[in-house]
Amino acid sequence: MSQQTENKKGQVETTGHVWDGDLREYNNPLPRWWLWAFYVTIVFSVVYWILYPAWPYGDTYTKGISSVEYTVEGENGEEKTVSEHWNTRALFTRDMQSSPSALAQQEWVGKVQDMSFEAIEQDPDTLQFAMSVGHATFGDFCAACHGAGGQGNVGAYPNLADNAWLYGNSYETIVDKINNGIQGMMPAQNVADDTIDDLAKYVLSLSGNAEISGEAASRGKQAFASCAGCHGAEGKGNEALGAPNLTDAIWGVADVPGCGGDVACKTGEITHVVNNGIQRQMPAFGERLSETQMRMLAIYVRQLGGN
Amino acid sequence: MANNDDLSYNAEPLYAAREPIHPKAIQGRFRRFKNIVLLVAYGFFFLLPWIRWDRGVGPDQAVMFDIPSRRYYLFDLVIHPQDMFLLAGFLILAAWLLFFVTGLVGRAFCGYFCFQTLWTDLFMKVEALVQGDRNKRLRLEKQPWNAEKLTKKGLTIAIWTGIAFWTGFTFTAYWADAPQLFVDFFTLDAVKAAYISTGILTATTLIFAGFAREQVCIYMCPYARFQSVMFDKETLVVSYDAKRGEGEAGRESLKQGLMTLDERHAQGVGDCIDCKLCVQVCPTGIDIRDGLQLECISCGLCIDACDQIMTKRGWPTGLIRYASEQELETGEKPNLLKFRTIGYGLATFAATVLLLYGIFARAPADVSVQQVRQPLFTVMSSGEIQNNYNVKINNKLQEKLEFRLAVEGLPDAEVTVVGDFEGLSVPADSSRKFLVHVRARPEGGVERKDLEFVLTEEDGRIEPMEYDATFVFR
Repeated sequence: MSQQTENKKGQVETTGHVWDGDLREYNNPLPRWWLWAFYVTIVFSVVYWILYPAWPYGDTYTKGISSVEYTVEGENGEEKTVSEHWNTRALFTRDMQSSPSALAQQEWVGKVQDMSFEAIEQDPDTLQFAMSVGHATFGDFCAACHGAGGQGNVGAYPNLADNAWLYGNSYETIVDKINNGIQGMMPAQNVADDTIDDLAKYVLSLSGNAEISGEAASRGKQAFASCAGCHGAEGKGNEALGAPNLTDAIWGVADVPGCGGDVACKTGEITHVVNNGIQRQMPAFGERLSETQMRMLAIYVRQLGGN
Repeated sequence: MANNDDLSYNAEPLYAAREPIHPKAIQGRFRRFKNIVLLVAYGFFFLLPWIRWDRGVGPDQAVMFDIPSRRYYLFDLVIHPQDMFLLAGFLILAAWLLFFVTGLVGRAFCGYFCFQTLWTDLFMKVEALVQGDRNKRLRLEKQPWNAEKLTKKGLTIAIWTGIAFWTGFTFTAYWADAPQLFVDFFTLDAVKAAYISTGILTATTLIFAGFAREQVCIYMCPYARFQSVMFDKETLVVSYDAKRGEGEAGRESLKQGLMTLDERHAQGVGDCIDCKLCVQVCPTGIDIRDGLQLECISCGLCIDACDQIMTKRGWPTGLIRYASEQELETGEKPNLLKFRTIGYGLATFAATVLLLYGIFARAPADVSVQQVRQPLFTVMSSGEIQNNYNVKINNKLQEKLEFRLAVEGLPDAEVTVVGDFEGLSVPADSSRKFLVHVRARPEGGVERKDLEFVLTEEDGRIEPMEYDATFVFR
């Protein structure tokens, strides 16, 4: 110990220099290892500069000699290994391909790929995985139109959180629609002005709106004949055509529930749809999503509303 | 001392090299106590990772900190991420305990329990074994670098490195399956983190316990400094009884006419015979007779040394002893039941009780019900209203739990769990998330109703769990 000097008790060693007659400086020298530790930090930084990107020069920077390798798909679909200088983006890509968590995820994806939809429904863990990935994929590709929870937008985008399915709710159908997209259309009807109000009232009466007088509705039933081609004679819809069921409580295009108790408003909504028709399109996602992603999306969407 | 204005004076060096300290081995009660602590602590540290343990789910290692699966296994106690407050509780307990002990008997932690002290102690024992005791080591230090010095120094460092490596490896073994890690480590199959942590621990152990030693306590360790804050005049510290040792005429070595206490007292000479044994045994190289110093780690070895000399002379022991500042000044024995001691003692006790309560009252399982907020409600084709809920069940037991779900507050509601399975089963020591649809007829004018989700375990292994939620109609 440096303090273990021959000094008398209570006296501290000074540097030996005196200013202004009586000013002395205590001598408490730093331990030498401290100096060495400082040199080590300098060596460390030099090693760091050699290994990693560090110094900017001109419009670029020193890249360092350490590298990150990951695979990319080549032009002909074959796997190529790419080596880049160390950077966090490349590290992230590599981790998404070969980190333990990525491998664990790939195992689950493999399960979803191999199992039937029925088997997935029976396995809580695989179902939970498929729903989670489906939810994330939905957020990326579907939520822009259908809403974050699949609630849609009346008049524009179908609500996926209810239990009405224009094209049916089999998993295969849902995957097919995601894959190939949908052209949804109802042609504008040429209904005479004096009957359109009756037609609208008839349509309202189909889903049990008690306030509609039976007389007007029954007059409208004749006019409905031209609608029955798609919506069916009883207005139950047709899944093959995507024609909605008009007898249920769900209004996907005409915002009837938004009218409250105002009958004129309700018939107005329906009249507007009948007169103008519907032209809706969902793009095909087959190019952008893998088969398994579509399967998981289908599982997620299918379970939003239940049966 | 120089006293001039000449600027060309020989400046003292800005940096001081460490002077190696070669403490003499000593026998006595404190040395014995330190040996016992060393054995017990090493027994725990080095053997724990190798103890196997039978548990339903998880590794068969008694103590394992499993980071990837986010579990701390301590025998039958499995700590989940949501139990992390237990760790906070343990740290609070450790802090209060340190304050309590330090207020009472000074830096006992530094002197007897700190791992820096333990490993330095072990490394010094190795040094003594290879190079001999203090005098031989001092001679070896002065010797030129000949074959003997090279062999002895080399052998010492080789053994140190071996111990340091095993220390590092043992530490790493707490975070993985120890036997498997042992095999993987030497077949170069272990993960990179295992090599990095073992490497760092090996290097720091070797440097800190072999070469830096007291420098760590003096320059690096914050505990060494802040423990002094907890001292008061009644704190027992290792002290030299200057009144007795120095007398009126100061200390004198044994010589003709100063051989017995009577002769010395007659001449006003103190009891200290200036044998310097207390200085020679000090692991931080200080002279305790200079009073309380920040370098003193309170290891008690100087007490052993002085007691040995006093016993040999047939004089009363305790010239160097645990004594409070007040006792040395006034002769008054310290009051151990002072306010500070009682306060820290109560705090330590309370922290212990709360920690134990926290451990034994951990819920065996927990549930959370989060309503899906987008959309809050959906009109179904039948005109019913549907709300969706994410029900997450955490099973912390080592056995599978099967739950039945009931929703109270909406008598006619239809409750469906998404998926084609019966009941909600959660495997041992894991969690599952279920999507639940609740469907109810709209009631005129009612906007929302309070619900209660009740999960009943099929076999009654745990108490039913309840969770409040809301059902939104519009």
